[in-house]
Amino acid sequence: MLRQLHSLPGLIAALLVMLLAISGAILSINPALERLDARVPAAGQLNVAELAGRVRQHYPGAEQLQRTPSGSLIVYYSQADQTGADRIDPLTGQRLAAYEPSAFSSWVKDLHRSLLLGSSGRAIAGIAALLMLLLTFSGAALLAKRLGGWGKLLRPLRGNFNQRWHAEVGRCALLGLLLSALSGAYMSAANFGFIDDGMQNEPDFPAQVASGAPAPVASLAALRATDLNDLRELVFPNPSDPQDVYSLRTAQGDGYVDPVSGELLSFRGHDNSRNLYELIYQLHTGEGLWWLGLVLGVSALSVPLMSVTGSLIWWKRRQSRPKIAHNSPAQSADTVILVGSEGNSTWGFAQTLHAALSKAGHRVHSAPMNQLAGEYPQAERLLVLTATHGDGDAPASASAFLERLSRLKLKPGQRFAVLGFGDRQFPQFCQFAKDTHAALLAHGGQPLLALDCIDRQSSQEFSRWGHALGQLLGQPLSLVHSVKRPPSQRLQLVERVNYGTEVQAPTCVLRFQAAAPVGLIARLKRRLGGTSLADFEAGDLLAVTPPGSLQPRFYSLASGASDGVLEICVRQHAHGRCSNFLHELPLGACIEAVIQLNPDFRPASGKAPVILIGAGTGIGPLAGFIRNNHGKHPMHLYWGGRNPASDFLYEPQLKDYLADQRLTQLHAAFSRVNDCSYVQDRIIADALQLRRLIEKGAQILVCGGRDMAKNVMQAIDEVLLPLNLSVLTLKAQGRYREDVY
Amino acid sequence: MHNFNLSKITAALGLAGILALPSLAQAREVSLTTQMSSYGGNEAYLAFYLTDAEGQYQSTLWVAGKKAKYYKHLRDWARGSGLNASAFDGVTGASVGSGDSLTVKVELADALIDAGYQIRIDSAVENKRDNRAEVTVPLTRQGSGAATSGTGYIDSFTYDL
Repeated sequence: MLRQLHSLPGLIAALLVMLLAISGAILSINPALERLDARVPAAGQLNVAELAGRVRQHYPGAEQLQRTPSGSLIVYYSQADQTGADRIDPLTGQRLAAYEPSAFSSWVKDLHRSLLLGSSGRAIAGIAALLMLLLTFSGAALLAKRLGGWGKLLRPLRGNFNQRWHAEVGRCALLGLLLSALSGAYMSAANFGFIDDGMQNEPDFPAQVASGAPAPVASLAALRATDLNDLRELVFPNPSDPQDVYSLRTAQGDGYVDPVSGELLSFRGHDNSRNLYELIYQLHTGEGLWWLGLVLGVSALSVPLMSVTGSLIWWKRRQSRPKIAHNSPAQSADTVILVGSEGNSTWGFAQTLHAALSKAGHRVHSAPMNQLAGEYPQAERLLVLTATHGDGDAPASASAFLERLSRLKLKPGQRFAVLGFGDRQFPQFCQFAKDTHAALLAHGGQPLLALDCIDRQSSQEFSRWGHALGQLLGQPLSLVHSVKRPPSQRLQLVERVNYGTEVQAPTCVLRFQAAAPVGLIARLKRRLGGTSLADFEAGDLLAVTPPGSLQPRFYSLASGASDGVLEICVRQHAHGRCSNFLHELPLGACIEAVIQLNPDFRPASGKAPVILIGAGTGIGPLAGFIRNNHGKHPMHLYWGGRNPASDFLYEPQLKDYLADQRLTQLHAAFSRVNDCSYVQDRIIADALQLRRLIEKGAQILVCGGRDMAKNVMQAIDEVLLPLNLSVLTLKAQGRYREDVY
Repeated sequence: MHNFNLSKITAALGLAGILALPSLAQAREVSLTTQMSSYGGNEAYLAFYLTDAEGQYQSTLWVAGKKAKYYKHLRDWARGSGLNASAFDGVTGASVGSGDSLTVKVELADALIDAGYQIRIDSAVENKRDNRAEVTVPLTRQGSGAATSGTGYIDSFTYDL
């Protein structure tokens, strides 16, 4: 709901809000430019009578004297039959230059206020301000929800490039945008008369003025009593009308000045609504508050970026949303399929199941697990298909399922079946499916089938499960599902660096480039600047399927697309089919591989320190992070190898990174030397410094083998103990992330 | 191009008492045509009003510009009319853009013609100067159809009796 509230007005308003933001950003420079030009005397230094007297000397035909919020003084005058306007020096009353308001500025202002469409355009701009307000609030609420509460808005961010930039820029500009949108909406409401701006409250013209010869302007008491910095406007009396008076507008109120007696006549102070309007006007335009104007201008510049990244996020989410044909409403379905999926592959299985059941005459409703409803009045069976994410956690579309289930309850005796999807190589195989099964049981559900798990998307196992389900339903159910593999890339090996042969840990760093494109169109595309490598960052995964195998192996990428090469770090295992294949791959040879994004395993944006921990080939992505640390944020690397003389991976590069401060500190531990130590030993030895970094909000990224990760977690827990923290708390805050194999 | 047809409210109504006009039957429709110059800026506010030969305000003929909060910038007219809503009720229309032209038809008593009265126009544009009586033209049969130029935003003004 909150998301719809954010993306719908966002898409509608994207162009409109961009236009207002860009024009607003241009206008925001004006107050600062004007301030540079203006000479502002100190308070009490000069009064209006003195200035008006000097102006009269230089401009006998002066008609009107205006002071802009930035302090410039403008005189309007007529001379013979000519009229003119000049900027003048407040101290001398002398001409500085002709006053010519910039035509460009007023065009931009008109664009900003009314899209050059007059009154209807003003209404559209007002609506855009309201949309902007809605976007700011819903965006902030979304971000707070994602980061775990309003108090945690400044936490490190996760996600892909667009998501991170959208959120990061958004939270930086939040207050500025809120102020601009709120004040803009207020001004629009005042313009259309929905809010009283106090402008109608005009003083009455004085009925009586003193008779006699007019006194020199410099002697008029009411003007002597007005400080120049309070002046808004002074209008000289019409020389042909002896009954006319000076009209005076100041920051405090408006009135008239008798040209003979110098008395202030029918003065009317500004009321509260006028003062409020002026304050809000100032906050919106930055007039007289040039620094605020610039701040608002910069935050307005975030809007185009947010519009573009926001639209891209929406589009990607829409593209990846599973399309279910013939989805029955939840209220009337006899079979409900709930799906827990992280990368949408489980949805593929759900689609096949949905189609087969529909074909068999059932009314089937499919939905993400997070959309569990309080009631399915017609549902005879609930089928839950779910993957497991990370270390036994819920996948994205099921993150709120268990909490929802305990809140919404289950129809007593509701028949259900849970089918888990996972990979038996991982110790927490289908853990979330197990948890879901247990929770449904605990809430009074009746299992239709025992919990079943599908290993590595096996079509065979899925079809077997379908067969079992069909038997229960009394009708054959044939589930034929072929998993769609993402398109692979052809990569050519261009460089290899070998390490570790001497210490029985042969390891190599391999660098690939996109293989020369085949075919005319592909070559043309490359010529036209289409990057031939897909977009990826260090920390993403490369899935390589060795010849004669169906099962891909995953390697963490040590480079990003911007590095122009695809770099992985491979340790050779005696019977490892894939590692042997890669180690023996000759330079110039090609492989087929698939890049899988792994956006959770990245250093968070921001200035907080990053602690990188790894052993062996786990250094790959960590080295990639350091290489891309162009902002030179503090990064501390703890790494374990065997012998510095043989398997010190990336040694020369790390030394360069230390020298140019991309890497702050390097702590290497070696296990096959006299003074043998492991990476966890270095962590314990450095506990004091690590605690200090963690207190500064540091984030920990761990990459390497499962055993090392376990030892490191224990060591970090030990380090955290005096802080009353644990790895679990850091994990919940997104500050401890692992890439373990 | 703005064109306004004034309903049959006569601008001379305010004068009826003072001048003891015979009756409205002896009133006529007068069209006021104003061609704005290309002054480049926001739309102008204009006040068309009648004064006596000394320039004393008599009545309002037309106000171009709908927001009363800006009327104070039409300085002589504002002072003369005291900005009482009764002075401009029913005789207001849209403001006029740079280079545009405006024609309005107002009802005027015959007795005011060739009687020493003047038509005056005050003008104002946001962030630009306020012009008092940038047009001052005597209301005579002879002057009907003759163009007068303004000293501010108005290129030319013509009334047709």
